[in-house]
Amino acid sequence: MLRYIAKRLIGLIPVFLGITLISFFVIHLAPGKPTDIQTSLNPKVSYEARLRLEKLYGLDKPVYVQYADWLKRFATFDFGRSYVDDRPVSQKVAERIPITILINVLSIGLILAIGIPLGVIAAVKRGSLADKSTTVFAFIGFSMPEFWLALLLMSLFGITLGWLPISGIKSLDFEYFSLGGKVLDVAKHLILPVAISAFGGLAGISRYTRTSMIGIIHQDYIRTARAKGLKESDVIYKHALKNAMLPVITILGLSVPGLIGGSVIFESIFAIPGMGRLFYESVMSRDYPTIMGILSIGAILTLIGNLIADIAYSYADPRISLPSAREGASE
Amino acid sequence: MMAELIRNRMAASALAFIILMLVFAAFAPAIAPYNPTEIDTKNILTAPSKAHIFGTDTLGRDIFSRIVYGSRISLSIGFIAVGIAVLIGIFFGSVAGYYGGRIDSIMMRFVDIMLCFPTFFLILAVIAVLEPSIFNIMVVIGATGWMGVARLIRAEILTLKEREYVMASKVMGARPAWMIVRHLIPNAIGPVLVSATLGVGGAILVESALSFLGIGVQPPTPSWGNMLMDGKSTLGVAWWHTVFPGLFILFTVLAYNLLGEALRDFLEPRLRR
Repeated sequence: MLRYIAKRLIGLIPVFLGITLISFFVIHLAPGKPTDIQTSLNPKVSYEARLRLEKLYGLDKPVYVQYADWLKRFATFDFGRSYVDDRPVSQKVAERIPITILINVLSIGLILAIGIPLGVIAAVKRGSLADKSTTVFAFIGFSMPEFWLALLLMSLFGITLGWLPISGIKSLDFEYFSLGGKVLDVAKHLILPVAISAFGGLAGISRYTRTSMIGIIHQDYIRTARAKGLKESDVIYKHALKNAMLPVITILGLSVPGLIGGSVIFESIFAIPGMGRLFYESVMSRDYPTIMGILSIGAILTLIGNLIADIAYSYADPRISLPSAREGASE
Repeated sequence: MMAELIRNRMAASALAFIILMLVFAAFAPAIAPYNPTEIDTKNILTAPSKAHIFGTDTLGRDIFSRIVYGSRISLSIGFIAVGIAVLIGIFFGSVAGYYGGRIDSIMMRFVDIMLCFPTFFLILAVIAVLEPSIFNIMVVIGATGWMGVARLIRAEILTLKEREYVMASKVMGARPAWMIVRHLIPNAIGPVLVSATLGVGGAILVESALSFLGIGVQPPTPSWGNMLMDGKSTLGVAWWHTVFPGLFILFTVLAYNLLGEALRDFLEPRLRR
């Protein structure tokens, strides 16, 4: 098992390098320089001052040299300093990342806790009302512009009913609450963002679980399990579900980039000071080091998500011990 | 094929809605009762009425007319972005699948890298360094959405290239480019059609999200996403400003998803359960 994990980890290095390379070139090949705001647009700045500024940030060197420099510093977890406020990027990101991870983990938990039972029920009771409504729900979930759903729910629960706060992660008087009150306060702020970011994924997972379960419950070994007199719930939840989970795990791994990307939208709508919001701000101010830092941390999070999916996969199906086996299964 | 589609009621209504939207886009000036960018300070945020069936926005512009014109943006971005994605995907997938070996593993490695990308981050970064124009949005959505098509085409070609008719063509001296374009791609196109139909819905969602964040289609050009951005500020005061544009996004994307599923059932009857 350890050897398998180590092998996968090594396999992730070229993927990571590829992602950072693409990000770096895409950002740097674009016309214009981040110093333009301070220089070209400011008549008081002389040509010499502009060159000095570009030299300070290393923008006068060829792009590939800049990338090599960036990579060298990255090896020591130094992402450089933000162009906006001159603070280290690693520090800026570290402040923002816990809330983003918290929301994503909660949302994946919610997706699994609701999506899998929904899919199982739909598969076992095929053609029933429950099955049909799960199908309808799945289609709506796939097609829902989630930021619109967020606006509607904000308006309903936040404004009309006044049950839930609609922005930020803490109330203004947060400091005066007891510990329990603090937890409750944050939980209240997180209900809407977590529920909405789980919505689309929920549709996907319930649908995949259903398809996968339908394929499994007609297998011979399920008939055997029934024939030897096991309880129906044991047959479904112990024998069938474990096998049905294999494709679902793959899909879950592939959906991590979408969840991380989606955090930009949710954090903007709900004014949550997370990584997505920071990314939006730094993109708006062309803060290259911060953009690169977040892109590479986003890539690392995605790769960790995939790695966990791989490990879960080989745990659910011990036949899988070679990385190539998973590619075949995901087709 | 039409008969097959219409037998399925859901697919039929999806198709009807898609056609309605195409009509909206094609004949927008004739259908829209008002000029979509005309400011009318006497009718600011009026509720839906006979004169303005979906109400008016913060500048007194007719929301229905803006939705009609917005369909042009959504559909053209949906189609062109998917067109770009399909072209890149077919090229990548067919070359990798046909040549196999070293070329295949390098190209597919690149696909894996692209699949690990939080694509929305990349789109955001690119749009912000370039100008947020409709053209740039189409290209970026297309350039980040081709991996699924590449995988599908490659998988199809891997099985197709062992068939006898391909062998026969090879024996007769066909060049690789001819073989791929004339024999392999036409036979592998089915699943791509399904994925492209679903992709139109996906591209419309991305465009609306970008416009909602203010880095997509720029005002005063109406798009469903930037109408929602305006609607956010009047939430709780003018429900119609938020509800109607969002419903059109939802229904359009839903229609393409339903049509894609129906096509899948039709093209791959083996999978029908």
